[in-house]
Amino acid sequence: MSTETVRPVAIVSGATGAIGSATCRALAAAGNHVVVGYRSDEDAAMKLAAELGSSATAVRLDVTDEAEVESCVAQAQELGTIAVLVNNAGMTGDDLLLRLEPERFDATIATNLRGTYLLARAVMRPMLRARYGRIVNVSSIVALRGNAGQVAYAAAKAGINGLTRSLAREVARKGITVNAVAPGFVESAMTAALPEDARDALVASAPIGRAVLADEVAQAIAYLASPGAGATTGVVLPVDGGAAI
Amino acid sequence: MSEDLLTTFTELLTSDFGVPADEVRADATFEALGLDSLDIVELTLALEDRTGVKLGDEDLEHVRTVQDAIDKVKERQA
Repeated sequence: MSTETVRPVAIVSGATGAIGSATCRALAAAGNHVVVGYRSDEDAAMKLAAELGSSATAVRLDVTDEAEVESCVAQAQELGTIAVLVNNAGMTGDDLLLRLEPERFDATIATNLRGTYLLARAVMRPMLRARYGRIVNVSSIVALRGNAGQVAYAAAKAGINGLTRSLAREVARKGITVNAVAPGFVESAMTAALPEDARDALVASAPIGRAVLADEVAQAIAYLASPGAGATTGVVLPVDGGAAI
Repeated sequence: MSEDLLTTFTELLTSDFGVPADEVRADATFEALGLDSLDIVELTLALEDRTGVKLGDEDLEHVRTVQDAIDKVKERQA
């Protein structure tokens, strides 16, 4: 068997955003072949994959589409052994509860929570076969603290925390770890849509007194995704500048 | 064929799950052999690699004993 066929493959959903692209770079630097999963920004995905050269492949991945999730995982298996899944695809559906339409609530849950479930389920058989896997879900500090105007997003992310802990228990003895990171406020295209007072409140709540850098989140993800993190599972790791203190 | 499959199951259960070979009989339940539902899924993946026969979740619904699993594999092979 050539080394090409056994290289570890890391799937990253929502890979073109700030945290996603930083994560792709960190995982490629750690020796993984990265599947740059994107929903709509094909140009950004292709550019990122080109930047990472032979260490990355851009694959269309709308996590709300079950068939596309299965197809992405099948393509990843062609590239090597799926060792890492980073469930990073996310969207906000922010509004006060009274103005939050059910469709937007459902869409937020579908991308953040159901998408995490679909991808985790799709990689489970290959990971069970290998008796090895690292799943890292991107949660949020708002899952722990709540945030006015983010009922849907906070509910989805809190769901991710529950999914993380439960799945961690299910598969721990199979060599598969399941963890989450809970970033504080990170400057990104997604958080740019937050109301200014919500942004200010999130930054002010962090003792470090600044926004968290996307690369700081990516480094935490890369650790949890590494072979050396085999004894850490079911953890929701805050990367929030100390806001959870 | 049943004998061959019993041998295959015995080898997989011994090598991948640490079940003593002398405990693997056709009428033994997977529960008695110490396997839970996730182990059985993993066993079917190993079986697929070995025989090319793919058992889906619906096939496993009523599988309790090694013989049940052998019967399902034979059904799929037919």
